[in-house]
Amino acid sequence: MKIVVPIKRVVDYNVKVRPLGDQSDVDLNNVKMSMNPFCEIAIEEAVRLKEAGTATEVIAVTVGKTDSQEQLRTALALGADRAILIECEELLEPLSIAKALSKVIEEEDPKLVILGKQAIDGDNNQTGQMLAALLNYAQATFASKVIIEDDAAVVTREIDGGLQTIKIKLPAIVTTDLRLNEPRYASLPNIMKAKKKEFDIKSIGDLGIDVSSRTELLCVELPPERQAGIKVESVDELLNKLKTEAKVIS
Amino acid sequence: MSILVIVEHDNSNLKPATLNTIAAANAIGASVHLLVAGSSCQSVADECSAVEGVEKVLLADDVAYENQLAESIANLIKSVSSDYTHILAPATTFGKNVLPRLSALLDVQQISEIIEIISEDTFKRPIYAGSCIATVKSNDSIKVITVRATAFDPVNTSGGSATIDSVSAEGVSDLSSFVGEEIAKTDRPELTAASIVISGGRGMQSGDNFHLLETIADKLGAAVGASRAAVDAGFVPNDYQVGQTGKIVAPDLYIAVGISGAIQHLAGMKDSKVIVAINKDEDAPIFQVADYGLVADLFDVLPELSEKL
Repeated sequence: MKIVVPIKRVVDYNVKVRPLGDQSDVDLNNVKMSMNPFCEIAIEEAVRLKEAGTATEVIAVTVGKTDSQEQLRTALALGADRAILIECEELLEPLSIAKALSKVIEEEDPKLVILGKQAIDGDNNQTGQMLAALLNYAQATFASKVIIEDDAAVVTREIDGGLQTIKIKLPAIVTTDLRLNEPRYASLPNIMKAKKKEFDIKSIGDLGIDVSSRTELLCVELPPERQAGIKVESVDELLNKLKTEAKVIS
Repeated sequence: MSILVIVEHDNSNLKPATLNTIAAANAIGASVHLLVAGSSCQSVADECSAVEGVEKVLLADDVAYENQLAESIANLIKSVSSDYTHILAPATTFGKNVLPRLSALLDVQQISEIIEIISEDTFKRPIYAGSCIATVKSNDSIKVITVRATAFDPVNTSGGSATIDSVSAEGVSDLSSFVGEEIAKTDRPELTAASIVISGGRGMQSGDNFHLLETIADKLGAAVGASRAAVDAGFVPNDYQVGQTGKIVAPDLYIAVGISGAIQHLAGMKDSKVIVAINKDEDAPIFQVADYGLVADLFDVLPELSEKL
């Protein structure tokens, strides 16, 4: 069974992002970039399925600029067998990314596609579901457990209020939630080995898809600042403030 | 202009986030229709028809929609979509699952989790865990939108008298099937609907210690939440998680206990009316957003708080 794992290069989760001076976008100059944390979980799940003998090959794919090679190398160091970069100089919207991925997936014909549920830059939470629609695949979003059974997968999903288990026909899309697994770190020997793995670069222009923007970013600003309040010295003082000043408890 | 709101429900009752989504629809313009897709869910349609500001309720009552799986629901919405300029759903796990699938079927770039409406095609939404707010204009002919419930006050559940029209099942898919569900049974209010939330972080040290929060929650009629760190550490299930990748809450009172205040947690609670932080580290970033901070050991504070409530 072949598994494709689309990943994304994003601002590292420790970076506090700010708008540019002219509010035209966020300021990404000289900030640390990493693999989106949910994509690490996706890679880990695919690699574990391979280690368990369920999967035969894990292919990491991304749509992005040349520097996204760095995150694909990380994916290879974490255990992916080969990588594909769909090179694109512009920042694409999720719909266009899903279209680009769908072309690669049609070509690779995997049984399973695992993606992160959302990227921590745009916080859109769209690409996996869109990809499922474009390919007419089943989808199991926000997965916390995946079991492969012949031509189906049984997936436990994190939903509001609890867990839901569904069975999806393969090929299918799974998007990862936090508790699916705990990703490993890449070891130095594996980072070295990753350099020898197969790495394809395709140009987005060759895929024959419309990637024009459907939305315009008009402004990026800071949210209203919340003022720090006061320190209280004791539980009594806290309760007194909540009752008489804030009036939120009686 | 005509706006369709996808109703979230459990075949018996409307889920409250739907009411906030209808409020967002009303803010965009008239006329607002609702789609109830479920099985034996006439009572939900009746409930919807009484909701203020709703003109029409579309009811798709079919066993195929019992568990509202994304493949069939997205096809159904697509089948009625041509009548609408906007299609909205709450940004809950239900809306987040279904709407992007619909969006791709319609060849539309969805706008996720809007928090403000500037005009019928321009919206504000948080990005980077709410570190920044983006103003986005959609040029698609149909706007597909998920709505952050806490950003809009719910509409009234009475005062409306919408007609109910039946729509037939369309594009039922067998790609996925329902196996089972484990919904946490609790007498406490739902996290996103509670007026008071008390959350624990890594400082709680173990899942067992969450009973300290639960005792207080029960006295206050509060819901219990957690930071991602507490979920990652396995103290509590993921559905407790408040933050960028969990639930967004905005209660009247939010009590953060043993939570340092990472950006990703603040993203889920900083719109709360009053924030209390209890942490023994006086430099914890949570104090920068707290109205009342208490620098103390939570294992001393919680029993005392519980006793004095």
